[in-house]
Amino acid sequence: MKSVLEKYAPERENLLDILHDLQTNDPENHLTEEALRETATYLNLSLAEVRGTASFYSLYGFSPRGRHIIRLCDSPPCLLMNGKSILAELEQQLGIRLGQTTPDRTFTLEPTSCLGVCGVAPAMMIDDQVYGNLTVERIPAILDEVRRNDEAA
Amino acid sequence: MRLPRTHVLIGIDEDALQAGAREVKAALDRTIDEAGLADEIRIVETGNLGFLAHGVCLVVYPEGVTYAGVTVEDVPEIVSEHLLKGRPVKRLQAAVAPVRPEEPVGLTRKQPRVALEHCGVIDPESLDEAIAAGDYQALAKVIEDGLSPEDVVSEVDRSGLRGRGGAGFPTGKKWSFTAPGKQKYVVCNADEGEPGTFKDRLILEGDPHRLIEGMILAGYAVGATKGYVYIRGEYGLSVHRMRQAIDQAYQEGLLGEHILSTDLSFDLEIKTGAGAYVCGEETALLESIEGKRGYPRLKPPYPGTVGLWGKPTVVNNVETLAKVPPILLKGSDWFRTLGTATCPGTKVFTILGHAAQPGLIEVEMGTPLREIVYGYGGGVRGGKAFKAALVGGAAGAFIGEDGLDVAMDFDSLREYAAVLGSGAVLVLDETASIPDLLQGILDFFRYESCGQCAPCRSGTDRLAALLSRIRSGTGQEGDLALLEGVAAAMQETSLCPLGQSPILPIGSALRTFRDEFAPIAASAR
Repeated sequence: MKSVLEKYAPERENLLDILHDLQTNDPENHLTEEALRETATYLNLSLAEVRGTASFYSLYGFSPRGRHIIRLCDSPPCLLMNGKSILAELEQQLGIRLGQTTPDRTFTLEPTSCLGVCGVAPAMMIDDQVYGNLTVERIPAILDEVRRNDEAA
Repeated sequence: MRLPRTHVLIGIDEDALQAGAREVKAALDRTIDEAGLADEIRIVETGNLGFLAHGVCLVVYPEGVTYAGVTVEDVPEIVSEHLLKGRPVKRLQAAVAPVRPEEPVGLTRKQPRVALEHCGVIDPESLDEAIAAGDYQALAKVIEDGLSPEDVVSEVDRSGLRGRGGAGFPTGKKWSFTAPGKQKYVVCNADEGEPGTFKDRLILEGDPHRLIEGMILAGYAVGATKGYVYIRGEYGLSVHRMRQAIDQAYQEGLLGEHILSTDLSFDLEIKTGAGAYVCGEETALLESIEGKRGYPRLKPPYPGTVGLWGKPTVVNNVETLAKVPPILLKGSDWFRTLGTATCPGTKVFTILGHAAQPGLIEVEMGTPLREIVYGYGGGVRGGKAFKAALVGGAAGAFIGEDGLDVAMDFDSLREYAAVLGSGAVLVLDETASIPDLLQGILDFFRYESCGQCAPCRSGTDRLAALLSRIRSGTGQEGDLALLEGVAAAMQETSLCPLGQSPILPIGSALRTFRDEFAPIAASAR
């Protein structure tokens, strides 16, 4: 954690970048209590300031998440293109509801606002990878691919 | 080294990567090499080619043949048939190719590209290509011609350029209003969050050096030596391309101290957002750069007086800044030959939804909506009838069939109680439900309201709940009037454009498609 923090000058303007970095380096994809505390100490801010800022932004999580975060766009352009059917299929395939993590901790399913790939709506992002032109039929294969890549790694 | 006889452009964007663009590129490299064509054919990775929804896309120049949906298995055929024997592979040629060359329909129709002129043409990861295409020429001209900062401001002012983020404020005026001060900042708003908008992303990913040049020039004009590009956290590839371009610019002395061996200095840094629509509002964006919650500030004072860390700051949109270099290079008179008298120049539009050919285009301000939907978007997919277009994103308005001839510029749209906004054109066919889509919009506003000011915090919640009640058939007499009344009150009293905007989709939906709401509300009575 120290090595992550020390990449940045101890200034408040680096808070968001630090939080991104700490979250990426966390095996459970979230900001731990300890991470928030250490960041507060490093930037000479109160814990409340750090938590208060972090909780404003939707990309940060505060409870353990799966290895892979599925962010399904729920903005109007994707809804228009049957985004709701994709959500139903993901929930069905994963056996969880929006906002939950699979018991094996592989996937967390979250909503996201517009991903800026509306020409290929409906769309979702799994970690950094964008998937567009989604159909219900494609979902199982996409999830399998992510699982296979995990096993290979 | 020989000049290549043929260039193969491969479009690399998020969707193409997912469709296997890297694998296709590798297969092309290998097959071209095996065919002994490595000296003759150059493969160029570029940004989005301007048409979407077609998987991995290639354009072969000088012929201008467009391929779409290309897979690794198709590569040998393309190489042996087209690149070796000169016979384009018909079955892979993209549907976006001109139907009749003299009157093309679709995204290949002629566009007067200004901000996007190099997007999809150059390799955005190569500074050499950017320079060869003309990036940094305006900067060189300003230096060589000895233009003063005031000269730059007045040239941009004369061009009539207005902010392309949505508000349409004259850029030259904004620059001239920047207060004097020792430390000033230029901030590029690349927090493109308006649903349906992906124009800035394609500039960031297609021609990042153009944006850097625009920012250096803005800095020179207002006397700022430090700039920030604030890119939303969801735009991974944009951050990567921009970071690489900034590194290249530093290495070549285009950023930092003594730019091009002059006294000009400009430092540029990227800040990444973390998921908050409201940060697209300029003062919320400044708060976020400072490492705080993205709460909009009360205006005035405007950022030009009290901006980042209290210093005078210019905040401009990506597309606006990308238009500055060509204006300085070709002159304000040239820019004014495009567009309308009060909205000169071009505008990037994104076409999506039920359009036959979703994608993005850059056309003159004042181009009729009909031309955008039918001429460029190819009309409605599947032969269905056009119902409406939602213009400007969630904070935009529905325009029905009777409004198709509206000129798409800041001023003409106002007559329809609509806005140009970010330039998103969401096409809806006859099957689309306006109440359902409006619900999606109101849910979006409820989720994204930052909660700082009461009218928006409780208003967005109230709007979403009201419409939900109406749609479920348990609405009460007067609910539609209440829906509009709450939105109107929010427009008057909210602190920032987020709370001021729901009246646009609500008002326009009820004006044009009231019938779709009334029966649902009536069924409860």
